[in-house]
Amino acid sequence: MTTKTEALSGTRAREESTDRRLRRFGQDGQVLNAFSHGFLALWAFMIIFPLLWVVLGSFKTNAQIGDSAWAWPAHWSFDAFARAWSKGIGGYFANTLIVMAMSVTGTMLFGAMAAYVLARYKFRGNRVIYYGFVAGAMFPVYLALVPLFFQVNNFHMLNTYTGLALVYIAFSLPFTVFFLYAFFRTLPTAVHEAAFVDGCSHTRAFFQIMLPMAKPGLISVGIFNVLGQWNQYLLPVVLMQRQRGDTEAHQMLTQGLVNLLAAQGYAGDFPALFAGMTIAMLPVVAVYLSFQRQVQAGLTAGTLK
Amino acid sequence: MRLSKNLRKNLFVTAFLTCPIALYALFVLWPYLETFGYSLTNWSGLTPPTKFVGLQNYTELFGDSVFRSALWHNLLMLIVLPPVTIALALFFAFMLNAGGRAGAAGIRGVRGAAFYRIVFFLPQVLSVAILIIIFQEAYRSDSAGLLNGIAVKLGLTDAAHPLGWLANPNAVLWCILAILIWQWVGFYMVLFSAAMQSIPKEIFEAALLDGAKRGQTFLRLTIPLLWDSVQTAWVYLSIAAMDGFALVANLTQGSSYGGGPDYHSEVLATYLMRNFLTFGKAGYACAMGVVIFAITLLLSFVMLRFTRRDSVEY
Repeated sequence: MTTKTEALSGTRAREESTDRRLRRFGQDGQVLNAFSHGFLALWAFMIIFPLLWVVLGSFKTNAQIGDSAWAWPAHWSFDAFARAWSKGIGGYFANTLIVMAMSVTGTMLFGAMAAYVLARYKFRGNRVIYYGFVAGAMFPVYLALVPLFFQVNNFHMLNTYTGLALVYIAFSLPFTVFFLYAFFRTLPTAVHEAAFVDGCSHTRAFFQIMLPMAKPGLISVGIFNVLGQWNQYLLPVVLMQRQRGDTEAHQMLTQGLVNLLAAQGYAGDFPALFAGMTIAMLPVVAVYLSFQRQVQAGLTAGTLK
Repeated sequence: MRLSKNLRKNLFVTAFLTCPIALYALFVLWPYLETFGYSLTNWSGLTPPTKFVGLQNYTELFGDSVFRSALWHNLLMLIVLPPVTIALALFFAFMLNAGGRAGAAGIRGVRGAAFYRIVFFLPQVLSVAILIIIFQEAYRSDSAGLLNGIAVKLGLTDAAHPLGWLANPNAVLWCILAILIWQWVGFYMVLFSAAMQSIPKEIFEAALLDGAKRGQTFLRLTIPLLWDSVQTAWVYLSIAAMDGFALVANLTQGSSYGGGPDYHSEVLATYLMRNFLTFGKAGYACAMGVVIFAITLLLSFVMLRFTRRDSVEY
């Protein structure tokens, strides 16, 4: 009993001393604090300000934009947004959604299937297949670009939504498999085994037991894939070109925006360009702000291990 | 008839793996491998590969002055991008997790940490097309550009003599590097934050009890404990430094895929694309791809091998 009290008072003494030291830690950092607060604020400003400045540009006139960086919109109208939409932003938007409806679904389905089998079943070649998938995440996409173009061409799928979606799926698989593999391994095996005892088939066990259990992981990697594919630039530039003079390229939103930018030389409609950018940015920023914890977790989880 | 248990398992495994492997092999693995094969031919990209030329593309490559300057630019980015980004990210992560006034509650992040975390990460979710538009405007070489506007306001220059930014051959590569740093710092800050949060607070508090100052805890505790994450970050940033395609191709001068003025911002990826799509030298472009591939592989290997330290268990 006495020892216990002694231990307790000892702890208390230590707590007090920690307290004092911690307070000193706070004080010796005051100069540093002022400096680092300033630096944090400056960095935040450097990110927000250019963004807002360009968004504000969609309400200015062309002349104002060319005249001074500090011009203020004379009247707030959404004309530029309407013009941007009529220049095809709406169409690019639709194209992107069509491709992503296919590619995100496919990525999640195939990624989960492969990851699950690799994580939960022993068979010959398991390791080879796993490392084969993971290795694909190590190299920049553009290394494979030249042959990829001809590969897609062989299947007559250049400038088609399906072709681009299949390529997106293929390039998203490494990370998806890598992430979900780790996730499936952490799930308890008991439920799964009980299901087999009850005569549940492998396929049913996957769709009705494992997928629901893996939901948090699926959401993280799903968000990662949505953002990654929404923002993809290089693949559509190469794969979604106009094939003959009489066809139109089925451009993605990023590609369309860059082309709109390139066309500035002739059209000279900067407000519409900025409005188009704002339209393209809004959905992503909305998704990010509403799911920011999951987005950050999903994006960094892959690089952590 | 009931199938045997083992057969059913094997059927299931095969069925589940067929589609993913087929897609991956067709559109990722095979093209990567083909890059090697085509690099030994004089393929134009239009007709099927015709002539085997051995290592000619490679020898030609190292006599190519544009290729050499592109390679040099990538190496320069490789030297600058990872350390600067990691240093900034570590500093911010430390501030957000342990930079605040410490009180009875122990060590805390600075006030507004949640806000900073959301904002710093924002560039990561913006499409590169959006970054291109923003920086095209920020770097405008007339006085209506954002940076020139600021420079004039600060009295660094006057409106009649705006700074060139991307049009200045000596500045253009640094302008591109600045965008990459701007874009990546938030991502690695979040990564390091996550790693820092998994370090038990008692370790810091013990160090403080021993009289450690804030700077010391950062250098002697945080960095060694985060070494694994720093290493990973270095590898991924090196890969990013070897790329830079979208920014250079769309922001800098030059007729196809940028690289100007006068090759001062040329990077390997832009030169590769120009050779492939504009000059019709697909075989040559593939040889370039193989060189980049080798460099990337070598770098990751060197980084992982020579920076290995005994990891600290906690």
